[in-house]
Amino acid sequence: MLYNPPRAQLRISRGFLVREPLRHIRAQGERIKMEKVRAGILGTGNIGTDLLMKILRSDVISCGIFAGQNPDSKGIARARELGVPVTCDSIRYIEKYPDCCEIVFDATSAKVHAEHAPILKRLGKYAIDLTPAHVGPFCVPQVNLDQAMDLPNVNCVTCGGQATVPIARALTQVADVKYLEVVATISSKSAGAGTRNNIDEFTQTTKDALIELGGCRDAKAIIILNPAEPPITMRNTVYALIDDPDMDLIRRAIHRVETELKRYVPGYRVVLGPILENGRVTTTIEVTGSGDFLPAYAGNLDIITCAAVEIAESYARRRLL
Amino acid sequence: MSKIRFFDATLRDGSHAVRHQLTGEFISSYCEAMDQAGMYTIVVGHGNGLGASSLQVGRSLLSDHDMLSTARRCLKHTRLGAYMIPGFGTIRDNLIPAMEDGVELFKLGCHCTEADTTRQHIEYLRREGKEVYGVLMNYHMTSTERLLEEAQKMQSYGAQGVILMDSAGASTPEMVRRSIGTLVEHLYVLVGFHPHNNMGLAVGNAYTAIQEGARIIDGTLRGFGAGAGNVQLEALSALLIREGYELRQDLYAMMDVSEKLVRPVMPEDRALTDVSIVSGMAGVFSSFKTQVLAAAGEFHVDPRDIFMELGRRKVVGGQEDMVVAVAEELSRPVHGDTESYMLESLT
Repeated sequence: MLYNPPRAQLRISRGFLVREPLRHIRAQGERIKMEKVRAGILGTGNIGTDLLMKILRSDVISCGIFAGQNPDSKGIARARELGVPVTCDSIRYIEKYPDCCEIVFDATSAKVHAEHAPILKRLGKYAIDLTPAHVGPFCVPQVNLDQAMDLPNVNCVTCGGQATVPIARALTQVADVKYLEVVATISSKSAGAGTRNNIDEFTQTTKDALIELGGCRDAKAIIILNPAEPPITMRNTVYALIDDPDMDLIRRAIHRVETELKRYVPGYRVVLGPILENGRVTTTIEVTGSGDFLPAYAGNLDIITCAAVEIAESYARRRLL
Repeated sequence: MSKIRFFDATLRDGSHAVRHQLTGEFISSYCEAMDQAGMYTIVVGHGNGLGASSLQVGRSLLSDHDMLSTARRCLKHTRLGAYMIPGFGTIRDNLIPAMEDGVELFKLGCHCTEADTTRQHIEYLRREGKEVYGVLMNYHMTSTERLLEEAQKMQSYGAQGVILMDSAGASTPEMVRRSIGTLVEHLYVLVGFHPHNNMGLAVGNAYTAIQEGARIIDGTLRGFGAGAGNVQLEALSALLIREGYELRQDLYAMMDVSEKLVRPVMPEDRALTDVSIVSGMAGVFSSFKTQVLAAAGEFHVDPRDIFMELGRRKVVGGQEDMVVAVAEELSRPVHGDTESYMLESLT
């Protein structure tokens, strides 16, 4: 089902609906300042909608199609109001109109992305996977953004992974970490159906990324949901076992991570440590959301959509060069 | 009168009381003895379940595999059980290895409002033909209506029973009556209760749950468990026998195991200590006690203040990292007072 044909690109700017010409028009010699690469979003839940809000603000990417399955979805209705092309045909729409986008964000579920991945590969799309499916290699922009540019499919790990892999990486680079452990606590309200139904992959994928990308020999991830009202802000504690830790060196490394992360995740803050207590080096991070779609407590959504948009924008900039 | 099924958590909840340092010798002698005593199931492992050995909640002396395979060798009649909280453990890393170690019965737990996080695991284990129960922890932190909703979800995933855990020992008999009564009335699967003794009500609350129709009591010998300890199964058994209930396990055998095996490994007497009482009053998970005492020492603050503050922040099981955060905050000098003093001195 097609509601808005992707003939022209619409976006919101200072409260006005702005029409942007398509890129093929530019090919005819017209010189247009706001050149953008189009992206499709699969999944119209919390993550998909938050992504859309961020893309509408982007200088280098625009939304070519916002694709879901359920015609009654609130996300579809909201996108349509914003003048974004929408469809309920999910990936079939992209198969039918492959020119609607170059980049595809997949914000469905691990199981569904496993089905989408080969289709996107065949269509030659740059796939950014926000589910814990782990079809393509992990990407945490602060750690390996460049590497991700040359791959057809990259995986955004999990929100907990985006928040803590950079810390793990910083620690393993400056110290001999014997064991590292991450505890990610998120408010129940911000954990949508996707997160809950995928909690097993969520836990496993976070741990796998701490080892593969964080450089840990031995690691563990723990995920806690807290239903308290008002909802708690996303909180990640990283424990590391290090013999005779050089706390000055560690402190500097972690503050460097904080500064670099803040560049694309404005709400990223080290709130405790790093301190040495009870024989472990403990660091706690809170992530406050930008409030694009969900309220500020949902920093867990914000950090993964911020990371995905950072990857997409970097890819788009290279395409536009 | 209908039979009451005991789930023996001595080798699981008891792990909290000894900072997860249960030895292989203790596990094997306990399992051998209780196998004879007619216990339905013994749940073995780290206090927070499979995959929970961690800096956050405490590391185990023995691996899950070592504990389970040791118990497996010593159990002939009693079913070998394991507990897991999704978010701590996963199917690949923990459930599959536990099945390979011979676990027959699983309890899948989550905070009382998060039943959908157990769906994957309950469904998976049922497909594998295992006996599976759902557990709603810290049940005092939500409404009866919500508890029923969450319990019904677990039932729909295939759980053969739903157990309410009074993880903080914060229950009153009225709360037990209302919650268990509602579940028994609306569920078609078994209903169970897991009391803690922070305010001295564990046996009484277990008895109230049974009167309301609970058919599973999850407790320990000698009350060996987290914080103030669990419902002491010997005492509850005696009460039930006197009231005419049929029990499958032998009372004197349980008492002998309790005296000969459990008493020597218990680190302290089971009197209600101030820290345990305050943890019940604050409604904070009993198993936080070890971390709270360690942080109180590290940051020179009163452990009771830490518990009250954690209660105010509504922390749930597994949020032990909040202990350090709260202790660190409490240890900071209060700047507000200095400022108001300075302001006062200006006027």
